[in-house]
Amino acid sequence: MEQTANRPKRAETVIRIRNASVRFNIAGEKVDNLKEYFVKLVKRELRFKEFYALRDVNLTIKKGESWALIGSNGAGKSTLLKLICGILTPYKGSVQVTGSIAPLIELGAGFDPNLTAKENIFINGAVLGHNRKFMREQYEKIVDFAELWDFMDLPIKNYSSGMRARLGFAIATVVDPDILIVDEVLAVGDAAFQKKCRARIRELLDHGTTLLFVSHSKAPVMELCEHAVWLDHGEIKKIGATKHVYWAYEHEQEESAVSIGARQRS
Amino acid sequence: MKKIWNRIKGWLMRFFRYWDLLVLLVQRDIKLKYRRSFLGYLWSILTPLLSMAVMAIVFSKMFKRSITNYPLYLICGNILFSFMRDSTNQALNSVIGSSALLKKTYVPKYIFTLSKVTSCMVNFVLSLGALIIVMIATGEPFRWMNLMAIIPIVELYVFCVGLGLFLAAITVFFRDVKNIWSVVTLAWMYLTPIFYSLESFSEKGANGKYTVSTLGILERRLNPMYMYIQQFRYFIMQYHIDLVEAPWDVLMWRGALCAGLMLIVGLLTFNATKNKFILYI
Repeated sequence: MEQTANRPKRAETVIRIRNASVRFNIAGEKVDNLKEYFVKLVKRELRFKEFYALRDVNLTIKKGESWALIGSNGAGKSTLLKLICGILTPYKGSVQVTGSIAPLIELGAGFDPNLTAKENIFINGAVLGHNRKFMREQYEKIVDFAELWDFMDLPIKNYSSGMRARLGFAIATVVDPDILIVDEVLAVGDAAFQKKCRARIRELLDHGTTLLFVSHSKAPVMELCEHAVWLDHGEIKKIGATKHVYWAYEHEQEESAVSIGARQRS
Repeated sequence: MKKIWNRIKGWLMRFFRYWDLLVLLVQRDIKLKYRRSFLGYLWSILTPLLSMAVMAIVFSKMFKRSITNYPLYLICGNILFSFMRDSTNQALNSVIGSSALLKKTYVPKYIFTLSKVTSCMVNFVLSLGALIIVMIATGEPFRWMNLMAIIPIVELYVFCVGLGLFLAAITVFFRDVKNIWSVVTLAWMYLTPIFYSLESFSEKGANGKYTVSTLGILERRLNPMYMYIQQFRYFIMQYHIDLVEAPWDVLMWRGALCAGLMLIVGLLTFNATKNKFILYI
């Protein structure tokens, strides 16, 4: 997958996924040492169970659109995001992404706990592909947004998860990324900061950023996203306007809850 | 042809895009290494000096007579070998150690291995201070030729990058490499003339020349660490008694060949397996 730096024009396709499948080999038992590997190789027991985390997914996302990924746990939402980020490569099919990606999958995952917040800002910026000069210019802006002026020389290990989330969000959105990926992370901050984040995301959307949003709570999905994809067991079950897709998803969830309840009663 | 050029161009562009990350990661390693320590960076000089002192005391009875300026001989071998051992040991953990980051974002994975070897290199450069102290203390004169020592250092760096990439890649799939490698480096240390000289084991003939056994020749031709350490000693202390089998320029070419081959092996292994890392880290 290639990422190019030039920003795409409006209504251009930024993400094109064609018949993409992601396959994992789940070993019966995890074999990660040599002895077992050779023993199993000799005994011909080195069989893997194939597991499709995604199967034949087709998705075309245009610039400036906002998409919600919904589905129950383990449906393949995160796998799809990883595929788009280039962390996973598809087993079959193709993924084309144009533009810069700012992943917010678990904010601040790349932080080194022993370094101070200030040092981490620069490393995290570099991970996103910004150079040091640029980060020095943007440093004030990041700290301002995170509202953590007094804590910059504190090692990250002493930060709370909410503070980490603030810092991570501030770094990832300091520039307008072409594609912003938000994976169930806004839940950690306090109410005021969540509001601030949503305002910033809307601002980015106005500037033409494409948003991919994963959340299990209804309100932010409805508020931020025009389109939605409902994933179920690695396949796209429904795709379209958020209202319709979410309604169908909710409906099915209620139904399954009712059927579980019925089974339990009987 | 054009396709290959485009691939190289894309690779180089990505490398420079992440150049700053490489610099920051190296800075991080160096900063964290001595954070909260009283003597800090001074340890990079003190550790090799102290370990040299210990070895000099332990081995002086055995080898002192046959080797001129034994302390300098020791420290030359020691700092080069420690660099190899430390850098490969850290490189080995570089990919699995950065799993948190690699699972979340796209970053070229070799950056982490390269940064580990490079931060060890910085530490090695600091430890050259210890070498200079020993040179002054033992009255070894400084020569212009000492500057040539940069050649074996660069060769060793390239060699360790290749070896590090190879080890980092296979450690992802087999965690036992960690344990095996510590034994391998121990054996390697004893096979390399660090505290002894190969000549201690060969006889001086009637014509004043050393006869070299087949085993000695194998050791000299197949052990890359021998090539780097012996070259280094030649440039630093004019230690050429051990160069009977091959003059320094032959050692230099052999060393470069080893480094190049190791780099190719490392890159190929890493490249062939890097897309599967995510499933195992």
